[in-house]
Amino acid sequence: MAGLLFTPLAWAALSLLLDFRRGRWLSWLGMLIQVLVSLSLWFAVAGGGGFFYALAGWEAPLGIALRVDGLAVSFVLLTAAVATACGVHAGVYLDPGKSWQRYFWPLFWFLWAGLNGVWLGADLFNLYVGLELISLAAVGLVALGGEAAALRAALRYLFAALLGSLAYLLGVALLYGQFGTLSLTGIAGVVGATEPAAALALLLMLAGLALKTALFPLHGWLPPAHGIAKSPVSALLSGLVVKASFYIAARLWLELGDRLGSQLLAQGLGALGAAAVLWGSWRAFRQPYLKQVVAYSSVAQIGYLFLLFPLTYAVAEPVSRLAQQGITLQVISHALAKAAMFLAAGNLILSVRSKRVDALGGVSHFLPFSLFSFGLAGVSLMGMPPTGGFAAKWLLLQASLASGQWWWIAVLLLGGVLAAAYVFRIYRASFLEDSVSDDFYHPPKTLEAIPMILALLALGLGLVAEPVLSVLALPFEVAAGVTAVQP
Amino acid sequence: MSPDLLYALAGVGLCGIGLAGFLLLDHLLRRLLAFNLLGSGVFLVLVGLAQHRGGPDPVPQALVLTGIVVAIAATALAIVLIRRYFHLTGRTSLADAGDGQS
Repeated sequence: MAGLLFTPLAWAALSLLLDFRRGRWLSWLGMLIQVLVSLSLWFAVAGGGGFFYALAGWEAPLGIALRVDGLAVSFVLLTAAVATACGVHAGVYLDPGKSWQRYFWPLFWFLWAGLNGVWLGADLFNLYVGLELISLAAVGLVALGGEAAALRAALRYLFAALLGSLAYLLGVALLYGQFGTLSLTGIAGVVGATEPAAALALLLMLAGLALKTALFPLHGWLPPAHGIAKSPVSALLSGLVVKASFYIAARLWLELGDRLGSQLLAQGLGALGAAAVLWGSWRAFRQPYLKQVVAYSSVAQIGYLFLLFPLTYAVAEPVSRLAQQGITLQVISHALAKAAMFLAAGNLILSVRSKRVDALGGVSHFLPFSLFSFGLAGVSLMGMPPTGGFAAKWLLLQASLASGQWWWIAVLLLGGVLAAAYVFRIYRASFLEDSVSDDFYHPPKTLEAIPMILALLALGLGLVAEPVLSVLALPFEVAAGVTAVQP
Repeated sequence: MSPDLLYALAGVGLCGIGLAGFLLLDHLLRRLLAFNLLGSGVFLVLVGLAQHRGGPDPVPQALVLTGIVVAIAATALAIVLIRRYFHLTGRTSLADAGDGQS
């Protein structure tokens, strides 16, 4: 249990001492451990339900309490899958000859530790520490390589992330001043309906987290950072990092939103999400560079997540559950599909030696495999059956219909059409035959296989949505402070 | 008004100054200092507001210690990035630089 946090931290420290090649072997071993531990924890929770766990026997508020439930453990497993894929890809993709590459592994492991800390964190302050750990590691990863453009993107990202974190921390300070506890469930237990200070705190925290999740119109930092980072890094950032802050926002909203939120706030966040879907997709369609297309597509896909707020506020219990399941599936399927897409885009860029979309001509003929992974991931983003994206959008459609908020249906449909437009634009560029000879670089088979596996997972998610959702919805023993001792 | 509440109010004031600096200033180092000011304001609110009811409380002090460590780490990272950026481009702000990507 504690290994999920300590293994990444230990590996981060160890890999700092090694060069890139040795760090790679160490990290591949660590990934294997992490995947096995995550899987066994997943089966433990699927069999026995969620529990609270106090790290090293120190109880909250001074100790670190972990909350292990179906949702958290699913995200731990998702992180293990996506991070392992990116790590293996990075081990082959990054050029070991450059001296700065050795810093990839420590940052990678710190990022993983932060992510697991956020998924499992039970109190608001530990979530803050997890968020900061993620931000600092992610900024370091973006800056890797040290060109001026990368530094510029990293600095912009850093400032946005820091501002977001402090807004969140100010909210935490107000909540602690009001209620004298940091446990989310504890606060949810005592909060009343009309408490302006607590409502202000919730507003501050949501605003900070929206900035970190790159909700429209606060998304300015995301496309440069995700576009300029190395492909495995972009995959990590888009697939997992932006989800961490959204996860906290969602947890806050589901625990406190029914009393501290308002219809205006819920609809407003939903409207910003809808604007993100349309604007992000449109910008993705217009970008001249391949990775910018994928980055703006992330802005759009993040927009869908914010439909959670209107679809769970002041609606019947089953509708709210439907929306929560839909959003969770969207998080998982987007993480898999977008990681696949960025890795495939990295392969394509490697092959054609150019970052431009219009340089892709002829790729379909000589490199069908990489292009096919890209397309499969795109199919999931569009939300076509039987992908995970389709299952997610189907649940959201049902939730909007059942709660009478028909206007979100238009967003869901239009978003799918626009996603199809920008994916097919890439296809169109790659089918143009302007070269007859195969002068492309052919990436190693490992690089080609990994995005394909991720894309197939995203595709298969729609078929196994039912069992996945049943683990997510596992009952949680709400006995705060009770700790189950797990190895 | 208790002194603790005074601390909290001063913290809110610091937050305001820091936020204004963060949004209005262009120079990267100044923005970083504004961020530190904002952080100090948040820490003051965290300690002051909690002390205000029920006397001394160790938890916020522990939290602020952790928070200061995080803020130092963030500041150090930012300084390294700013320094490198300045060496490469000779600029001290992010505005109106030639955009390589978009």
